[in-house]
Amino acid sequence: MFIPSQDSPVSFKGFTLVMPAVAVGNVGQLAVDLVVSTLNMSRVGYVHTDCLIPMAGNNPYVSCKQDAEELHTPAEVYTAAELKLAVLQIRAPIIQTKAKKFRQLLVSWIKASGFSRTVVLSSSHAYQRDDQQLQGTPLRYLLTPSLLKVCKDALKELGWREMELLPAFPGVKDADAEPTLCIPGGGITKGLYTDSCAEDLPLAVLLLFCSEGDNIPDAFTLVNHLNDWLHLLDGPSQEPNSNWKIPTSWSLLFGSGIPPALF
Amino acid sequence: MATFFGEVLSVYSRAVEEDDEDLEENEEDEQIRRELEEKRTVQLQWSPEVSESLKGGNKFSCSDFVLAVGHNAAGFLSAYVLASSNWDAVGRALVWNERSRAVVGQTGEESACVFYRHKDSPSVLVCRVTCYIAEDQLFQWTEKVFDCLQTRELNVTVLSDSSVVDYKTADYLCGSSAPFLRSLHTGAFTDQPVCQPLEQPNIVTGLPAAVLNHCQVHRIAAAVYQCYSDVIGPNSVTMETYRPVLTKLGRSVQVDSSPNTDVLRKFVRTAEIQSNLYI
Repeated sequence: MFIPSQDSPVSFKGFTLVMPAVAVGNVGQLAVDLVVSTLNMSRVGYVHTDCLIPMAGNNPYVSCKQDAEELHTPAEVYTAAELKLAVLQIRAPIIQTKAKKFRQLLVSWIKASGFSRTVVLSSSHAYQRDDQQLQGTPLRYLLTPSLLKVCKDALKELGWREMELLPAFPGVKDADAEPTLCIPGGGITKGLYTDSCAEDLPLAVLLLFCSEGDNIPDAFTLVNHLNDWLHLLDGPSQEPNSNWKIPTSWSLLFGSGIPPALF
Repeated sequence: MATFFGEVLSVYSRAVEEDDEDLEENEEDEQIRRELEEKRTVQLQWSPEVSESLKGGNKFSCSDFVLAVGHNAAGFLSAYVLASSNWDAVGRALVWNERSRAVVGQTGEESACVFYRHKDSPSVLVCRVTCYIAEDQLFQWTEKVFDCLQTRELNVTVLSDSSVVDYKTADYLCGSSAPFLRSLHTGAFTDQPVCQPLEQPNIVTGLPAAVLNHCQVHRIAAAVYQCYSDVIGPNSVTMETYRPVLTKLGRSVQVDSSPNTDVLRKFVRTAEIQSNLYI
């Protein structure tokens, strides 16, 4: 359930929503962190739900000492009004038995808010690719029919690759077995996509094949990919990664400092 | 995940399991699932007097709600605050989950999550939680408890135990620095916390986080004081760390200058490792 953080009501009419799916390597969430932190977006509300595991922390996007003490919750919505951009950040895993409920909650919120389009940033297990997926770029996209009508040409220009449908039984030639959409390790991605198709929502999925580990490079790849389409940052693309601002919450990824007595 | 030196850090499993909703679920499975869910619901039991007033639509009018999560925090409340016999147990929360022990005498479960009210100033409500509350029960626990409280001008203070190994810092922590406190508060909390704020990338999870989330979105003043200790099990040194937090509450909660040793002994003894190595 969306709860605004200020007294004034928030309007998302005509905004583009960017949100992550909690998936392999948390790539979508990291990419969203980069967007929020770089564009200096402001928090407009929370998604307060029993579907997410509770967590809390101080401001993950600290820029100065004054704004360090600010409580942040598992799911929050940020906006950049001048870009007509809204971002939903999800910081906690979804409680497994409530994944379906969470998807429904998101779909009904997206529908009620009147976003012009929704972009889901996601990832999938690299080790479960089939032969055709192994070649070339690890980036894929999916569009619901209602968004396909609008931005077919734009994507053709970008030369992106659509997510392949995989045969149900590889190597077996059977006319009955239709190829299916498979996003292993993608969390709610597939469900959200199929729900959006059924509800006629304009939604796109951008995903990356990756493995668990230090997924910061993957996050840069995905966010640059997103930027090619949405043009959130207009800068020279010589050194695309340096245009993004890494939030303070990414520090100490590999644990605390080392005892000085070691050296 | 392994660090540069090869030690393995425990991190959340980030691989997400495929949802197998497409699989047809038979009726029996569904029934078992439903019954399990029912059994996992959090139940609040109030004393006859309180439940009567709740039924009449009068919520608990309370100016301070102090919640202690963990053995040290609960032990601190028992030995320093509740021991001075001016407190009535007014209710408890019953939580059943995978870590609950089989019900034998029910004594262990009964005392795991109890609400107390001060006899003289009934506007102070205190809760000790020593049981495990599962991830899917945290939200529900918080909703149900706060549903019974009048939230206008309510101040929530949460004391919470944590281990120093969960604390991340760029400087190496030397042994003498633990135990120490870190605070996290909601936007509605205007007071000055008694200790440093919790630095990024450290976060709070579990019941304290659920309470903070609830208070943040509903604009209730709340502060969590997380104590990072390097001792396993309840001990008096760690409990002492919480003292400044409650001393600051001042009039409403009286903190004894020295702990009740009988209560303290009981707490520390239950945690002693029962070893038969050197009998």
